[in-house]
Amino acid sequence: MRMAGSIKNTRSDFRVGRALAAVLGGCAALLLGLVLRPGMERPAYAGTTPVKGPSLDNFIDYASPLEVLLSPDGARLYVLCQQSEEVRVLDAGSYGVIGKIAVGRVPRGMALSAGGERLLVTNSWDDTLSVIDTRALAVTATWKVGAEPSGVVEDLAGKYVFVANRISNDVAVLDAQTGVEEKRLLTGRAASYLTLSPDGKRIYATHIYPNPDPLRTGLENRTPPESEITVIDAQRAEVVDRIPLHSIAGVFHLAFSADGRLGVVAEYHPKNLVPLAHLEHGGAFAYTLTLFGADVGKPVEVPLDELERYSAQPFGVAIAPDKSRIYVTLAGSESVLVIDVPRLMRFLRTRPRPASGSFAQDLSASGDYVIARIPVGHNPRGLALSRNGQTLYVANRLDDTMSVIDTRTLRVATTIALAGPTTVSALRRGEQTFYSAHYSFQGQIGCSSCHIDSTFDGLQWDLEPDGFGIDIVDNKMLEDIKDVAPYKWNGGNPNLPTECGPRTEKYFWRSENYGDLQLTDLVLYIRSLPARPNRWRLPGHELTPAQERGKAIFERTVDQFGKPIPLENRCSYCHSGPQGTDRKLFDVGTRKLTDITGVFKTPQLTNIALTGPFLHDGSARTLEEIWTIYNPEDKHGRTNDLIKDQLNDLIEYLRTQ
Amino acid sequence: MRKFADKRWFAMALLAAAVAAAATPRGTAQTPARQPHAAAAATAVPRMPHFKFVNYTTEDGLPNNHVYCVLVDGDRIWAGTDNGLGLFENGKWKTYNTKDGLAHRAVLSLSLDKRTGDVWAGTMGGLSRISGGRIISYTQMNSGLSNDIVYGVSVEGENVWVATASGAGRLNLHTGEWSLYNERNTPMKEIWVYGVSAKPDKVYYAVWGSGVLEYTQKTGRWDMYADPDEETELVLFKDQGLVHDIVSSISYVDNIVWVATYFGDSRYDGRYWHNFLTKDSGLPSNFTNFVKGADANHAWFCTDKGLAYYDGTNWAVYTRSLTTHKPEMTVRDAKGKVTEIPVTTGPAHNYMNGVDFQGGDIWVATSEGLSHGILEH
Repeated sequence: MRMAGSIKNTRSDFRVGRALAAVLGGCAALLLGLVLRPGMERPAYAGTTPVKGPSLDNFIDYASPLEVLLSPDGARLYVLCQQSEEVRVLDAGSYGVIGKIAVGRVPRGMALSAGGERLLVTNSWDDTLSVIDTRALAVTATWKVGAEPSGVVEDLAGKYVFVANRISNDVAVLDAQTGVEEKRLLTGRAASYLTLSPDGKRIYATHIYPNPDPLRTGLENRTPPESEITVIDAQRAEVVDRIPLHSIAGVFHLAFSADGRLGVVAEYHPKNLVPLAHLEHGGAFAYTLTLFGADVGKPVEVPLDELERYSAQPFGVAIAPDKSRIYVTLAGSESVLVIDVPRLMRFLRTRPRPASGSFAQDLSASGDYVIARIPVGHNPRGLALSRNGQTLYVANRLDDTMSVIDTRTLRVATTIALAGPTTVSALRRGEQTFYSAHYSFQGQIGCSSCHIDSTFDGLQWDLEPDGFGIDIVDNKMLEDIKDVAPYKWNGGNPNLPTECGPRTEKYFWRSENYGDLQLTDLVLYIRSLPARPNRWRLPGHELTPAQERGKAIFERTVDQFGKPIPLENRCSYCHSGPQGTDRKLFDVGTRKLTDITGVFKTPQLTNIALTGPFLHDGSARTLEEIWTIYNPEDKHGRTNDLIKDQLNDLIEYLRTQ
Repeated sequence: MRKFADKRWFAMALLAAAVAAAATPRGTAQTPARQPHAAAAATAVPRMPHFKFVNYTTEDGLPNNHVYCVLVDGDRIWAGTDNGLGLFENGKWKTYNTKDGLAHRAVLSLSLDKRTGDVWAGTMGGLSRISGGRIISYTQMNSGLSNDIVYGVSVEGENVWVATASGAGRLNLHTGEWSLYNERNTPMKEIWVYGVSAKPDKVYYAVWGSGVLEYTQKTGRWDMYADPDEETELVLFKDQGLVHDIVSSISYVDNIVWVATYFGDSRYDGRYWHNFLTKDSGLPSNFTNFVKGADANHAWFCTDKGLAYYDGTNWAVYTRSLTTHKPEMTVRDAKGKVTEIPVTTGPAHNYMNGVDFQGGDIWVATSEGLSHGILEH
């Protein structure tokens, strides 16, 4: 029997109630502020993903530079501008604009062919690849590729183009001349960034969400995250190795030294298996590099953080041509970290290497090899080094600027303002706040540490408000959530200002409070995050036969035996409305021994297929397990009368949501 | 009645397998050195492949001697055994098991995705994908797979086709969609599906007790081919259809369907059927576990009494004496004349479960080890 629940007077609820009372007045003011904020601009997603709508003219078009490349001759800078959906071509000497090339929706990755004759750009929202002739500065072809294409590289021989597909967890291998897809290679979950080795023989693929644990039984969910670097033979286009990244969730750009003997990848090392009780001593995250290759032997993980200052959200990485330095953009710390490679190698030679191969817990380590931290703009992402290694270009995504760093002085020599709006809107301020670790204790975490690219991280966390060791909760996707209040799995937060304000400040940041307008801007940004296009829906939104059958099951009122299904035991009753939630609390029989309550808010179904694992604590690895394992008493809808074919149909329909 | 008969035959098959496994001593590793064959000079005997057999057992590193299936991937040999998936590479065996993420220790079937190099393994506990050393497993609990006992698997393009103890299925690797095929949406009468062979135009299923199921990819149409005489023990209408409904294995190559049953074998060219029985072919036994066509006219049959090769006209059988256990080879010509060929090596065991090709060489899965037949001439 499914029970419509109510919030009981538990210990944690009492705390929540007090918090609610404390902020009630503030929330009202903030909501009023939201209504009254002037200057609406294009809402953004996944790092300034614009959503074009009928009132587009009212929106502000920021450039949001995400990646930068230098032409092989060093004469040009190609800047991938995600929000204005274009590539800006700058003269690398004068920084004057040579051209602007419009590409597809929400571009994310960019690569040059070996000779620099063509530039490839992935468009993550319309699943295409723009092929640009760099002499004509024009798109010569647009190829259809896989789901949410991200990283891209072309092999040196010009035989294949490799595209990382974030949604389908693979790398597509395309004919470099025709764009016809020949095959897809399995990568880690949410394949995102690709790097060609200096000799052109290997391609290295990273991914931003951890891989599902193959050994987990489904009855437990507290295993360390596992990620990998997928190594692809460029000639055979086959996976030849997988470099394991233990306890890592969130892997970004990878770079090689010119001699190919040192590989470096930027990554997050979350501490989600222990209660999030404090931020001291790296309580929530370590931000690290994994080094691999002949120079280091077995892969080794080294921290970027300092004792009282963290290196939040490393993203881009580059190695000087003479292998003297490693440069890392810290997207959350708004700076570029500089590592002295000889000192790093000395550190590795002299320090006893832990059996795990990880120094991530040693906050004193970085003092041995980090030599500078160079402040740049908001949310620095991609970076590129000049051929002589003396100039470093950094794309400041949320400033619409490029920092040009003189690597001899380790200072910003100049800042290039990309042409565009000079007004910093409320929405943009909110996005800057979202992506900054500035507000947390010692700058350790920001919203985007767990909500990578404004999504989620695929992890389960033990948060303090509910008590330590209890109420383990799965991190939820931030997509189209503006109308699904209340928030939290237990529905404890009535609105986003509460969710993002005092609670976040107290239990996450453990530091300074947002000002009222800062919180208002942040909430405005989060409310603006749309749902990305659903890849399981057919063009025109018609349903496949399996989806049609699944829809009938979703909406059915009688079971297989003709017996009426109680209202609250129908899929469509709780999962109703545009986001697939009635926003009410129910007990669906998923309470664990460590849970204070078994009553949880009905989660929205928006792009549900992308958001695994499932249930409040992430115990269901797949949609199937929700019903094959965790619904023995039909509390989570009447499903035990279904045969396997029907369950598959139901899942096919859910994927269209 | 029909179901009762089917169960009886299955019980007999299991008994035969057990007796065969117990009656013959374990094969031993033999010297791989090449030696000239004494029978090479025989006249009027059709030229059939002569092999030097090198047999691998647990003593050599094979995970388990009961080998259900074998797969050749270039220089790499995969062996699905009763206790893990073995990979023979550079002269050494490596074992993947459940601790590595394999769905179950008993690996019943294997298929290679030639485009990506990924290996798919059907096990007693689900379907596993082995890709660059990483294993992802699909079960009836965590995926749309209809049943955890996966007797057969075949990769074709972006689709992985499976044969399970509860119907057939297809996983689309691009969309993640599972499509299930059973008595509700195909002509299948029984859902015990033993084997599958998929190509871009057609997919064929071997259904234990329900003949051969044919799926036409372009139209999505299903057809079933059944034994026309519907007799479980007799073949009344020879060459007029499938030899028997209890189909154990199927192989589709060059537009030809090769079918193995527990009561003889068949070849189907899309229009005509040709049946093979011990009484009028070179088959050492009608009880056939596995068939693999090399092309339209050449096929290998794995029976409970040895390995048979058919070249379109003549037959060769590779086996061991049931009494002396000495290796034996016979050749049967088109007229039915059988010639014994002296040999010094033979496969590890007469109970054959699978075969695959490596150039001119063969690899054979048996109940007492894995055999490598090195082509001598």
